[in-house]
Amino acid sequence: MSVVFEKPHALTDAVLHYCPGCTHGIIHRLVAEVIDELGIEGDTIAVASVGCSVMAYNYFNVDCVQAAHGRAPAVATGVKRSDPSKIVFTYQGDGDLAAIGTAETVHSAARRENITVIFVNNAIYGMTGGQMAPTTLPGQVTQTSPYGRDVEKVGYPVKVCELLSNVDGAAYLERVAVNNVQNVKKAKKAIKKAFQNQIEGKGFSLVEVVSTCPTNWGMTPQKALEWVDEKMIPYYPLGVYKDIYAEEEK
Amino acid sequence: MSEKVLMKGNEAIAEAAIRAGCMHYFGYPITPQTEVAAYMSKRMPKIGGTFLQAESEIAAINMVIGVSSTGKRVMTSSSSPGVSLKSEGISYLAGCDLPALVVNVQRGGPGLGGIQPSQSDYYQSTKGGGHGDYHNIVLAPASVQEMASLTVKGFDLADKYRMVAMILADGTMGQMMEPVSLDVEKTEPVEKPWALTGTKCEREHNIVNSLFLKPEELEIENFKRYEKYKYIEENETMYEEYLMDDAEVCVVAFGITARVAKNAVNEARAKGVKVGMIRPITLWPFPKKPLMAAAEKVNSFICVEMNMGQMIDDVRLAIECKKPVELCNRVGGMIPTPEEVLAKIESAAKNGGAQ
Amino acid sequence: MAKVTFETDLCKGCGLCVGACPKGIVKLSMDVLNAKGHHPAEVTEPEKCIGCAFCATMCPDCVIKVER
Repeated sequence: MSVVFEKPHALTDAVLHYCPGCTHGIIHRLVAEVIDELGIEGDTIAVASVGCSVMAYNYFNVDCVQAAHGRAPAVATGVKRSDPSKIVFTYQGDGDLAAIGTAETVHSAARRENITVIFVNNAIYGMTGGQMAPTTLPGQVTQTSPYGRDVEKVGYPVKVCELLSNVDGAAYLERVAVNNVQNVKKAKKAIKKAFQNQIEGKGFSLVEVVSTCPTNWGMTPQKALEWVDEKMIPYYPLGVYKDIYAEEEK
Repeated sequence: MSEKVLMKGNEAIAEAAIRAGCMHYFGYPITPQTEVAAYMSKRMPKIGGTFLQAESEIAAINMVIGVSSTGKRVMTSSSSPGVSLKSEGISYLAGCDLPALVVNVQRGGPGLGGIQPSQSDYYQSTKGGGHGDYHNIVLAPASVQEMASLTVKGFDLADKYRMVAMILADGTMGQMMEPVSLDVEKTEPVEKPWALTGTKCEREHNIVNSLFLKPEELEIENFKRYEKYKYIEENETMYEEYLMDDAEVCVVAFGITARVAKNAVNEARAKGVKVGMIRPITLWPFPKKPLMAAAEKVNSFICVEMNMGQMIDDVRLAIECKKPVELCNRVGGMIPTPEEVLAKIESAAKNGGAQ
Repeated sequence: MAKVTFETDLCKGCGLCVGACPKGIVKLSMDVLNAKGHHPAEVTEPEKCIGCAFCATMCPDCVIKVER
């Protein structure tokens, strides 16, 4: 008998602090599996952000710097410019990347900064207890949109892949989900491509992972997975939004 | 004797930084410091370094954090409103114990203020600026030569103590031209075993972080940092004393105002007034000891500042209010004239400090 | 023949593995509490396991090791 599935080496033994059923854990594992498979653990530097994944530095078995809210792509830019031979990735949530860090996100893409961005979209601020995020769906109830997100008053959700697909510098943008086995497999493929791109010097690659927040959505973990299919994916369609090299290859 | 070149203060900072081994610069245009960025944009590509004009001051300081976390020398420069924006990142640099050089070529404030020289960021630089308990080493050059030499010194101190060193200049210092020697005394590079260089799968992963959720741990981090600050206060304070031996009035001034004040001191001396000057070169750590020693001898102090009276608080604290301290100031981009300072000196001397 | 091992004390009892198992053999053991105070997942009929690792794929906490 041989091992067909176990914890990847690029994850430390630290116990994840995430709530039961939170899919952050799956995404962490996918990133670590990709690091293992590409054999880049010793040369990878992670940039943790602010939000539920703030303590990602404890979980990835690579050198790591913890960035201020929204600033991870700028910190990653510094790390990468300091030593382009390192593989640099950020791990950011939707509040971090699509609200307070919008400028850093757009401009690191515009510079075609050769970094990998893992963007976890669960449509809510989890760490602070479930407030409205830039990605909260219209009508979605949160702690700070108790009557549902009223787009007339607070505006519309930000669709990051669609937005960045108009930025010339962005090289690869894909939106994936982790709400079932098939989607998890596709998500891993996208994450691997985003790292592979960096190794090949192809520039700014971002994978948006539609994720869950059972606790703040007020659902069981299983129901949250179904809600991704019912509500999230119709608003945030999965797929490749940009791949400049695929276009060249055609 | 080394060869001197004629340079603007801002350019002297840039060239000195490169000679001190800084290969990475991140900035954003703002008057009156833009020459630093312009100089770097010319030089860095030729020596294989990084010049990057960031999308904001906030992004620039976070890029600085990125490079610093990998253990390399890095800097940014700005002027007052831009340094306010950088303050978030400066607090993170302090919390992560990361070295970096930050240059503030001050202009008048608050708000957008003006583009003329000022010293009104004294509080911001020496008392924090960002959130939390921390200090920066603050160096105040008073000549283009010091713009260069204190830049080099700043990098050395930043590396030695793993903290931000700030050059606190002003629009005059940045724009004026003087002969400057750019010979840099090479210091031994500091070992940085904490730096993020990739584990090579041979060591535990390094973490650069300012988050400590357990209060007892965060308290220890603060205590440790303040132990270091105490050591720095005892060992790294720099100042210049001028004609203090028999002085009855002590002028205290830094940067450009110290040059104005020195002229006034000379003129007063020519008139027989016993006046001297103490010029803090490090604003943090502040030269408390020489001021306290002066307080035992002189009748009064005069602080010459281009703000509404900021350093004057530190002077009063340093001398424990033993003697009166007068303020001689202009603000908003106005510079005190030697005549104004002289008048203040003469009046202080006449009143024997009993004002 | 396949073997599934649970690092029981890491399990948070979220049940994502339960929903993922095509054979319906992963269950939460409702009469057991682990060190974290959760009902941990277990395989009730190991002989029916096909070693597809779907349970492990959906597990957010790397609780499950699969051998085949």
